[in-house]
Amino acid sequence: MKIPIMYNVRSVMQRPMSTAFTALGIGLVVAVFIGMLALANGFRTALARTGSAENVLVLRKGADSEMNSAIDRATASVISSSPHIARGADGRPLVSPEVFVVISLPRMRDAIPDSGALANVVVRGVSEKAWEVRRNVRITTGRRPQSGRAEVCIGSRIAGRFAGLRMGEKVRFGGRDWDVVCEFTAGGSAFESEVWGENEQFMPVFRGQVFQSFSFRLADPAAFEEAKRALEGDKQIKVEAHRESEFYVAQSAILGSILEILAVLITSIMAVGAIFGAVNTMYAAVAGRAPEIGVLLTLGFHPRSVLASFLAESAIIAAIGGLAGCLIALPVNGIVASTTNWASFSEIAFAFRVTPGLLLAGFAFAVVMGVLGGFFPARRAAKQPVVQALR
Amino acid sequence: MKYLPLILANLGRHRRRTFLTIGSVALALFLFASLQTIVTTIQAAGRFGSARRLVATNATGFVLTLPLSHGNRIVGVPGVEQVSWANWFGGKYGDGKRFFAAFAVDAESYLALYPELAVPEDQKQAFLRERNAALVGVRLQEIFGWKLGQNITLQGNVYPGDWTFTIRGFYTPTDKVLNDDMMLFHHEYLEEGIGRPGQAGWYVLKIDDPGKAPQIGKAIDDMFRNSSSPTKTSTEQAFNASFATMWGNISLLMGTIGIAIVFAILLVTANAMMMSARERTREVAVLKTVGFTDRTLFSLVMLEAACIAIAGAVLGLGGAKLLYKLTNFNAGGFLPGFDVTPETLGIGAVITLLLMIASGLVPAIRAARLPVIQALRQVE
Repeated sequence: MKIPIMYNVRSVMQRPMSTAFTALGIGLVVAVFIGMLALANGFRTALARTGSAENVLVLRKGADSEMNSAIDRATASVISSSPHIARGADGRPLVSPEVFVVISLPRMRDAIPDSGALANVVVRGVSEKAWEVRRNVRITTGRRPQSGRAEVCIGSRIAGRFAGLRMGEKVRFGGRDWDVVCEFTAGGSAFESEVWGENEQFMPVFRGQVFQSFSFRLADPAAFEEAKRALEGDKQIKVEAHRESEFYVAQSAILGSILEILAVLITSIMAVGAIFGAVNTMYAAVAGRAPEIGVLLTLGFHPRSVLASFLAESAIIAAIGGLAGCLIALPVNGIVASTTNWASFSEIAFAFRVTPGLLLAGFAFAVVMGVLGGFFPARRAAKQPVVQALR
Repeated sequence: MKYLPLILANLGRHRRRTFLTIGSVALALFLFASLQTIVTTIQAAGRFGSARRLVATNATGFVLTLPLSHGNRIVGVPGVEQVSWANWFGGKYGDGKRFFAAFAVDAESYLALYPELAVPEDQKQAFLRERNAALVGVRLQEIFGWKLGQNITLQGNVYPGDWTFTIRGFYTPTDKVLNDDMMLFHHEYLEEGIGRPGQAGWYVLKIDDPGKAPQIGKAIDDMFRNSSSPTKTSTEQAFNASFATMWGNISLLMGTIGIAIVFAILLVTANAMMMSARERTREVAVLKTVGFTDRTLFSLVMLEAACIAIAGAVLGLGGAKLLYKLTNFNAGGFLPGFDVTPETLGIGAVITLLLMIASGLVPAIRAARLPVIQALRQVE
């Protein structure tokens, strides 16, 4: 017969201090676990949202990032003539030849530029069509940069963080002053950490008459493989075509994996510590309740039920801790962190992202810790010789 | 100190609990030391640099290059003793899983500017003699098992194609913050390979008087301010420091996790201590009857807490220091010179002290204040 759970619940409440401490210990481990994975998740999501499955990104053959690629005008025209490109409402092909450069801008500290703290910011030169090709980009204030003028648009995540990057101000780079005429959001993707302007304006300033990348919308998203084969097989040009979404996801691989590995390593070690705590608590509990256990066994409860009962008790304490941990970790959601995306060597800002799946995983982790910690003490309780206990 | 056997006996009574508690303290301090070392290593890399070396990069963005003609003009600036230049090559070796930095440099001047790259003289001469020679760090020798005279091929991504080099020397950095897993090769070889005269990724220069660094830097930047490739010249230290900020607030994150860990184990250990204290009311009562004073009992309990805390600290902090030293860990090249600093150990010691006080104080006070008769009533 099973020992009623109420017994365990009541026992747990009998030792409030001990239970609270152990639960909190487990809770902190769960909080760190969720927090770190939320960080990795946020980073990967920001990059995953950057690319669309309907778009193709074409780079020079062998280039692993937009920074290392070069596509000249001739190549760009050859690619534009591809039959796989979708057409916009006005009948023109939805293509975006882009200039991609990383510049140094001083960070703003307390509203003053700190020239000792430079960061790398992505500057992307786009054409009119880019705003359509990239569906998730939306201008929130101001208007699009006008062709032929030294005007730029800033992503929402970098506004105000670097010198000159604010609506209506002038930002200086490449030996010129550029007016900031608009701000845009891009669905939480990496574009929000970029400065956009007209590609023709940027070319003379940076690397001359050459684009770094060429993006276009597929007329038929299922036809990606065909489009890829056609472009890569074309003898006139030496390019590689990537599905935009996959490309950016691959870029997040390095830092994403590092963060995840760190998360697992740190929380594993912390978990062992927390499990030790649980073990200690449960052993003490078992030792203190020897007479009770003796009575239970005398009454006829099977040793297995005693084992299960104490395991359940340990799990309950851990579950309380898991809940506490989830609650502690929740406020972290949405906090913006920024670091360097090593694949493009530029700064990217992203937000911690706590998902229900992560919370569930954290809770499950807590319960597992509790069960592992409670196993040996529970076994000790079950194996207790009845007579000795009753003495 | 004469009570040490008594303390040890007490600890030995619940051996499992003692070991588990020491174990959790050790684990937590190990983690803390590791995380704190990440922070200190990034900071140290940001502080590395000779006061006599300046770095000049393209002012617009350091990924852009500078013309080689700049070099001749820089060398003419008063105070500049020697100039060299380098380019980031960015190639992939094999499956690319183990990334390492490769630079095309103006070999002779670069090695002269960086005496911290120690190379045996014969290897250095062999490297300087051949156009396609490569100088690699000793760690790469360990990792890939490369030998002198071996040919290696890298797949370039900044400069596409397959590039073959012959290893002619291994360097050992004399300062551990300098990466021991870089590859250097001749700038002329790069120019040959791309088929056109090259550009410099950045210039490194040596000045005669470190005090004049700001003026010399300004003089160089003024010289090129209105050209198509303006420069930004700073001390090597400032240059490295700005790289350190590229980690963003990851450092802050590590520090915060470290604090969370410390709290977690404080709880676990305090809990364990209080549990044992609660069980020992009888002993404490008997000891008091026999004649031990309140103050002695207080010290006994505190000392017990101290033993556990110190044992955990030695295992955790010492373990971290030894582990990283023995395995020569450097996070795949990202964190060169990963070593637990004395300051970190100091902070660890302070944490241990706090732990001792936090976990020992309440039981100690309770033991000291225990009314003997009440406690004895529970004894059979």
